[in-house]
Amino acid sequence: MDPSRKRKVRLVVALGAAVCLAAALAYTSFSASSEAASPSELVEGKSYDVTGKVVHDSISRQGDELRFRIRDRDGTESVPVVYTGVVPDPFREGREVIVSGELSRGTLVAERDSLVTKCPSKFTEDKQTS
Amino acid sequence: MAGVGSACLTVGLLTALYAVGASVYGAITGRRGWVASGRRAIYCLAALCVAAFAILESAFLRSDFSYALVAEGSSTDTPTFYKVTAVWATQDGSLLLWATVLSLFASAVLFLTRHSLRDIAPWATAVLGCVAAFFLLLMVGWENPFDTLAVPPPEGAGLNPLLRHPAMMIHPPMLYTGYVGFSIPFAFAIGALVTRRTGADWIRATRRFALIAWTFLGTGILLGALWSYSELGWGGYWAWDPVENASLMPWLVGTAFLHSIMVQEKRGMLKVWNVTLICATFTLALLGTFLVRSGILDSIHAFGASTIGVQMLVFIACVIALSVGLILARLPDLRSEARLDSLLSREAFFLLNNLVLVGLCLVVLWGTFFPLISEAITGTESSVGPPWFERIVTPLALVLVLLSGVGPVLAWRRVTASALFRLFAAPAAFTAVALVVLLAFTEAAKSVPSLLMFSFVAFVLAVVGQEFWRGTSARRLVTGEAWPQAFSRLFGRNRRRYGGYLVHAGIAVLFLGVAASSAFVDQRDVRLSPGDSIRVGDYDVTYVRATARLGGDDGGTGAPISLGAVLKVHRGDQAFTLHPSRNYYSTSDPSKGAISRFFEGEATSEVDVRWGLRRDLWLAVRPDLVSLEEPIARADREFADSPGRVQAFVISTLARLYRDNPPPAAFRAIVSPLVAWIWIGGAIAILGALIAAWPSPEARLRRVRSLYAARVGRELTRA
Repeated sequence: MDPSRKRKVRLVVALGAAVCLAAALAYTSFSASSEAASPSELVEGKSYDVTGKVVHDSISRQGDELRFRIRDRDGTESVPVVYTGVVPDPFREGREVIVSGELSRGTLVAERDSLVTKCPSKFTEDKQTS
Repeated sequence: MAGVGSACLTVGLLTALYAVGASVYGAITGRRGWVASGRRAIYCLAALCVAAFAILESAFLRSDFSYALVAEGSSTDTPTFYKVTAVWATQDGSLLLWATVLSLFASAVLFLTRHSLRDIAPWATAVLGCVAAFFLLLMVGWENPFDTLAVPPPEGAGLNPLLRHPAMMIHPPMLYTGYVGFSIPFAFAIGALVTRRTGADWIRATRRFALIAWTFLGTGILLGALWSYSELGWGGYWAWDPVENASLMPWLVGTAFLHSIMVQEKRGMLKVWNVTLICATFTLALLGTFLVRSGILDSIHAFGASTIGVQMLVFIACVIALSVGLILARLPDLRSEARLDSLLSREAFFLLNNLVLVGLCLVVLWGTFFPLISEAITGTESSVGPPWFERIVTPLALVLVLLSGVGPVLAWRRVTASALFRLFAAPAAFTAVALVVLLAFTEAAKSVPSLLMFSFVAFVLAVVGQEFWRGTSARRLVTGEAWPQAFSRLFGRNRRRYGGYLVHAGIAVLFLGVAASSAFVDQRDVRLSPGDSIRVGDYDVTYVRATARLGGDDGGTGAPISLGAVLKVHRGDQAFTLHPSRNYYSTSDPSKGAISRFFEGEATSEVDVRWGLRRDLWLAVRPDLVSLEEPIARADREFADSPGRVQAFVISTLARLYRDNPPPAAFRAIVSPLVAWIWIGGAIAILGALIAAWPSPEARLRRVRSLYAARVGRELTRA
């Protein structure tokens, strides 16, 4: 095989491999991802990463279980959450949290240790609100 | 003084613009005077930025709350150490730090190249001036750190408690220095493209800066991981959080760049690739700066939803457009001077390592922006979690570690079979022995990726060890020096080579720690009352008693209340105690009562770790304040208007109440094997990089001679 042809073959093989890898990457990421939703969008029996704000005066603790409600970021509709596991330091009423779980009989049953508190975009206070 | 600070920034902006104009005009017309003037404008800019930074820093130290920034981010009771760091905990302050570091770096590189690179340097000055002008414009136009308040509050809000950790003192400046440092090779690459001087000159002039930037960025990432491990109370060091990823991406591409420029220096190949890599690195560094400020991705790191996201995005788009356009226009000038002779050569392996590193970066980029990608494609926002990252990154990391053992010892052009045997027979044998030992005496076989990683790490260490041994013994043979002397002089002779080996060994050790601690971690989350015990790993942990301290936590962070636990730990005949605690910071939220505001503000875990070379025992506690709720509510009603002294007494009584009669507290206990080697490996790698970046005496001599020759030449032409 002459060298220029050999190079072309090499290039095609390399590009082909790159495309295959990229496709695999895209495929695995779509199948491994979980859907993000806000409390008002939840459907019974499906699992989600729910993003919302912790409702005021809704936090209570029973043994290892933490119970609270989260509501839409800009709305009032809320859903009760039952959570076990580690509670992040910045968890507070009114803070935005992300929790993964499944909606079962109107209650979001959260996966263990799935609670993430968004430091309400805050190393410093939000400029517009303060 | 705030006025002076503002003026510094405005004048700085004009100076930067002047530097751009003067150096471009000088470069086009060939008037050297204008070029020199542009360069001096950058020195002047550095002085202005440092002055502005000093003014801001002194305002923080004096707790001058007439500065909006000081009132937001500091308070009189913030410890001095954290007053200093609070400057860059704010968005505006961090922009000022960016600009200051940039102007200092730019001055340094322009000073060092003032007698060389006459064609490229003016254009590089212009690029650096543009970047500096952009950041100054952000401050002058939108985020002025010197904004003042008409009515200064009596007390500031204080530094976010999560940031009160020694690693936070240096982590952000390290990252910024890394990000900023990559602008130097970027600027010279652009200069080289504009002037069509696409040889290796621009690389030689800025290689050291790229290496320094890489070292700073790596150190910053490492310190961030250390902070996460020892402050954030979840026990991990890496969470694939968008902002962590944002700092990792330029580091990965920068690593690829540092390797591929060697191929251009030695063989004149990969020119397009190199300019592409450095443009990508700089763009990713800007992206990292942008992600922290935009709030478009969910992250615990973000600054407030900010006003400058759009501007940053426009600037990044400009940088990308400029880079791509310029590279495309200069493609004919970037033709390779040589071809790849053999797939068994150092350049081929460097190319492979480049592909893996860039592949890793693309994976991280894809995963980080997946919420935006999926929303664009399917309409619903989805995200990928750490398991996805780990699944994809692990095989790539394995390949990378293996390559780091093979690549650096191969010869350029081609390698013969006998050379291969000579290079790799001993390390391969060592790896086989290590594998057998691992299988026979440890549980490493439980996790195949970890087992592979351990073997590869053994291989890399063996290769590096063999190189050091050969180099040292050869030197001994020639000079007759003693072993230690020959070994240390070895570095002096060829800093780049042996520093590089040390970096590879350090990274291998780091991966040893990562593989062991992620595959064999033992974690327990339990609620314990005093007297209860748990077993985690080989440790028996007993909760002895609760503790309560006021106004003086162990970490010196200035927390008013610190509730914790004393735990006795036994392992065999070894016994020690650990004191994890939780700091409570008061809130100024007016809806909270006079007493409860001390308990319901921010709270942070003060983790206690028993560090060890073989394993760490990591403990965090989360006291349950249920039993205090009722007394606190009563105290709120009864002592709302009492003087501070009385309130302080009430709080100390409440804390005592907790200490003497504690309800069950939640504990997280983690036994993490070999995790200390992450920090040790990182330190070795940093040391190696510093050795490689340190100017060698011969090079200095060469530079002095060439400077002297240049001066003589100048004087001759003048005469």
